Amino acid sequence: MGTRDCGHICGESSPGIGEGGKTGEWRNSRPVIDEEKCTPVRKNKPTCFLCWLFCPEVTITKTVPLRIDLEYCKGCGICAEVCPTRAIAMVDEEDFVS
Amino acid sequence: MSQVNAVSLTDKEYLLPGNRLCPGCALSLAYRHILKALDGQAIVTVPASCLTVLHGMYPVTSVTVPCVNTPFASVAASATGLVAGLKAVGRKDLTVVAVAGDGGTHDIGIQALSGAAERRDDFIYICYDNEGYMNTGNQRSGSSPLGALTGTTPILGKRQHQKDIVAIMEAHAVPYVATANASYPLDLYQKVRKARSMSGLRFIHVYTPCPPGWGFLFSDTIKIGELAVQTGWSVLYEVENGVFRLTAGSEAVARKGNRADLKEFLKTQGRFGNLSEETIQELQNWVAARWQRYLARAGLA
Amino acid sequence: MTETNTAGREPHDQMMDGNRAAAIGAKLCRVQVVAAYPITPQTPVTEALSEFVERRELPAQYITVESEHSALAVCSSASLVGARTFTATSAHGLAYMHEMLHWVAGTRLPVVLACVNRAIGAPWNVLNDQQDSISQRDTGWIQIYARNNQEILDSVIQAYRIAEQTYLPVMVCYDGYILSHTEMPVEVPSQEAVDRYLPTYKPHTILEPGNPKNYNLVTLANPRENAQGILCHGYMEIRYLLQEALQESRGAISTAGQEFGDLFGRSYARLLWEHRMQDADIAIVAMGSLAMEATLAADALRSQGTRAGVLGIRVFRPFPGKDIAQALRQCRLAVVFDKNISYGNEGATCNEIKAALYGSGASTAVRNFIVGLGGRDVKARDLADAVNRALSSLDKGAPSHEYAEWICEI
Repeated sequence: MGTRDCGHICGESSPGIGEGGKTGEWRNSRPVIDEEKCTPVRKNKPTCFLCWLFCPEVTITKTVPLRIDLEYCKGCGICAEVCPTRAIAMVDEEDFVS
Repeated sequence: MSQVNAVSLTDKEYLLPGNRLCPGCALSLAYRHILKALDGQAIVTVPASCLTVLHGMYPVTSVTVPCVNTPFASVAASATGLVAGLKAVGRKDLTVVAVAGDGGTHDIGIQALSGAAERRDDFIYICYDNEGYMNTGNQRSGSSPLGALTGTTPILGKRQHQKDIVAIMEAHAVPYVATANASYPLDLYQKVRKARSMSGLRFIHVYTPCPPGWGFLFSDTIKIGELAVQTGWSVLYEVENGVFRLTAGSEAVARKGNRADLKEFLKTQGRFGNLSEETIQELQNWVAARWQRYLARAGLA
Repeated sequence: MTETNTAGREPHDQMMDGNRAAAIGAKLCRVQVVAAYPITPQTPVTEALSEFVERRELPAQYITVESEHSALAVCSSASLVGARTFTATSAHGLAYMHEMLHWVAGTRLPVVLACVNRAIGAPWNVLNDQQDSISQRDTGWIQIYARNNQEILDSVIQAYRIAEQTYLPVMVCYDGYILSHTEMPVEVPSQEAVDRYLPTYKPHTILEPGNPKNYNLVTLANPRENAQGILCHGYMEIRYLLQEALQESRGAISTAGQEFGDLFGRSYARLLWEHRMQDADIAIVAMGSLAMEATLAADALRSQGTRAGVLGIRVFRPFPGKDIAQALRQCRLAVVFDKNISYGNEGATCNEIKAALYGSGASTAVRNFIVGLGGRDVKARDLADAVNRALSSLDKGAPSHEYAEWICEI
């Protein structure tokens, strides 16, 4: 079966998640949110959200509690750096290997 | 324009997870907010650059905004063509936005950009500046700093100061130029929103630190961008119809008069690992003189 | 003064030079975006179109670009969002937009470009030869070579029909000065007839925020699945489709030419044209205005007893190899005059004609002459003399030159 069936006559691309693969596999460490320190969780309302604001990967949801998509989080650690209450720790991936 | 913050900022995203850019990439962060500011109602045009890679590889893209890729030297001309074409077919609802790196703006792309500005073409041009040709592995560009080690200045470091592209664009008498920085995403967002409400050629320069190119840990990207502002290396301002004003972190530094020593910025990056005392002094003098000029323009000298 | 008869329906004859003919052709086609940079001898095209736009005779946007590279980049993006676009250039300008030529073809955009053939430096020369467009024959553009100013105008109109049907860009080439600056009678079709001939341009691309597509991202060597699991092309397959489209465009070109004839009275059904080839023993082969000159040479040779004919190549890309082999079958000698040279080898059209003859069963001998570079005048007598020299050397059994013979003063 050839590629003609795709119907493209030029390089026309459509959106898709994970274009670069499962980028979560790039990580050496993953962010873990301590909900006792996370301001939105403590106050149970939408507030702060700086980790969401500064995430380059769109892998943190703007929800209470915040959720991190570990399939695609690259583990850059920016969220941990910007969190004003130091609620996020970057934990070595090795710790999650069972 | 009402101030936006992290809570009020829309949660609509136009980037999909899983793109190919480096962890901690400031461009990825900046682009995310640029697209939010456009509400995705734009056609972007992109030359060869890291941004091309962010968009992805055929047949999949990580970006949910229409995009026209174009050869390296031509992004401004491509934008001109999109504007003309949309006008010809009667489309009035879309903003055309050219987004290019410093290579595609200061160097190979400058001719087309100058032509478009001189013609008063009606689109937004955003230059994301990582001070080097990063997509090809960090070779020196017209925006690389004096002394920076790059692939093409590997031993001696760059021998020239960087080109001031924002001043060049101001000299074209365009209605709006602004500088922004990925570490100040709300300021960036506001500036893109403002540009969107104007017409003519609007130019925004966005400072986007590059972890592998500059030699720092990818978790430090935001901190590096902030240091750049605190030391006056990256200055946040806008010139709207000839009126200059400092914004965000630069305005704060100007009012408090607490610009930090440039060494605080230089010492954080591997690309400055070979600076002589002389070059450091030269850089400090250059930044200081430039900062004074900005203060004078802001009426804060 | 208006050159197009917008009031009545009758076409009418006017004296005009080739540049004017090209500009009027574009105007009749209601082009919407023109982006062109002046270069000798194309400049009058840019000026004529600017005048049409500023007089509001042509409701188009004329973008005064700052370079030819930008000219084609503007046309490329404008075409992509659905505008009918036009540009014109020569020599160095065509060379300057070289990467964009590849880009436009690879995006399958129906841009029409008029190339006013001029020599390329170094050294500087502003006069005619065909090196510029010949050098771009590998880019994936359809190439049509006009032999007179009527053909220039007619070819521009057909170009849009062909381009927008096949999604291939078209280059209409005509000789600088010899045609561009020489006035000839040209019948200008009515706007109404051209409107009937040309359908509206429907782009194959989508630029909608609600259905966001990205065009021309990096494409890998191998096929790759999209997000829905459908196997999509690798780079090679996209390029294969371009080649396939070019090869198949012969039909569209011919039909467009046939239907042009039905509507306007001048048929362009064939990719070649012939002068006294029915019983020709010797074929003179050339492109553009040189082919017209060759008809005088063929007539002179006939009066001297040599059964000569002219095979004019009208469409060079896609290359009408089969048609050429068929036309030359009966000839014992084909003398190919090239106004170009593929350095390190021979004249480009001669080389391709030889390839077309290979395996066709024809035993036609082929001789190549390089003529007219940098505007060197080529008279019919020079062509006839060259044919006689080639004939005599053939009849003596002398081998041909290892590469082409140049007609110059060296």
